[in-house]
Amino acid sequence: MTTAPLLLASGIDKAYGPTPALVGADFALRAGEVVAVMGPSGSGKSTLLHCLAGIVRPDAGTITYDGRELTSLPDAARSALRRSDFGFVFQFGQLVPELTCVENVALPLRLNGERRRSAELKAEEWLTRLEVEDVGGKRPGEISGGQGQRVAVARALVTAPRVIFADEPTGALDSLNGERVMQLLTDASRDTGAAVVLVTHEARVAAYSDREVVVRDGSVRSSEWAV
Amino acid sequence: MSIGHTLLGLLESGPRHGYDLKRAFDERFGHDRPLHYGQVYSTMSRLLRNGLVEVDGVEAGGGPERKRYAITEAGITDVERWLSQPEKPEPYLQSTLYTKVVLALLTGRGAAELLDVQRAEHLRLMRELTRRKKDGDLADQLICDHALFHLEADLRWLELTAARLDRLAEEIRR
Repeated sequence: MTTAPLLLASGIDKAYGPTPALVGADFALRAGEVVAVMGPSGSGKSTLLHCLAGIVRPDAGTITYDGRELTSLPDAARSALRRSDFGFVFQFGQLVPELTCVENVALPLRLNGERRRSAELKAEEWLTRLEVEDVGGKRPGEISGGQGQRVAVARALVTAPRVIFADEPTGALDSLNGERVMQLLTDASRDTGAAVVLVTHEARVAAYSDREVVVRDGSVRSSEWAV
Repeated sequence: MSIGHTLLGLLESGPRHGYDLKRAFDERFGHDRPLHYGQVYSTMSRLLRNGLVEVDGVEAGGGPERKRYAITEAGITDVERWLSQPEKPEPYLQSTLYTKVVLALLTGRGAAELLDVQRAEHLRLMRELTRRKKDGDLADQLICDHALFHLEADLRWLELTAARLDRLAEEIRR
């Protein structure tokens, strides 16, 4: 495969105090592909995701996104990039409890300067696409965990990101809800051409990806391209 | 799977020709392994011999087999008995994967690599089944889920074994 990677990490080291989390980790992501990052608890997979997304700065190594060296960008520029190009779905607590679901989904657009009406129209479209249009006026505390994750996926996709970072997105859901969220997330990302970095320890979730890499003891064991 | 019991069960809704039985079986259960005509006719001959089905009529013309079969009272009892008996759970105590891991360790080959290759193969099949599930009806989804849960169990074992490989190597070389 000759396509240049959209996101490329080389030789990433990251330690928290004396504990190494990543040791010389390499990773590559092509535009539009869904890659599962697997590995046991504490293997470093979430740290890898945080480094790739520019949330955590690695101690050593380089991360290049779309030709830009992410590791050397100032904090403000990395934040702007995260808002414009990346979407995030986490396991817990990502929705703002005081806002309605429509306002939650519209929030990234509002932060990027879009007007309320236009942002909320787009948010409503995404809530419909994620099959939770009926919870738009409710607050996160008033909806189920499965609905909350769909709202979170809608919020991750509303800015038309080029990469979605999902860290155990179904970890708090039962099997049926988890599968539906994965189906909706991967369908939507494939429709929009967004790539997905999916951290999971569950094989059934990883099975929604195009390929997987395994993080063990801080290094990436298999980062070959999908055939 | 007991093909005989399955064909008997399909006959409970009414008499059928051998060809209809094969088609009904393939539609419901034979997605991955359709029946051969030979299997259907040899099974029906056996069921007939054992008094579990009877010939309900013979049609003239066309194909080689025009018998229509009907289930007998003995056949219904046999299906009932089969459905009420639990299947013996597979004990999974003779694992090829375990044998391969031990042999790799004993012969100084890469057991961790073996586990990685196996994980990739399991995940490849899980992806295929996940895609099939997406386009399938409820029956197909349930069949795929059954396979996916088993593959997932294997994968959990692969992970656990990978985490304990050093200890296993020590014990084996003792």
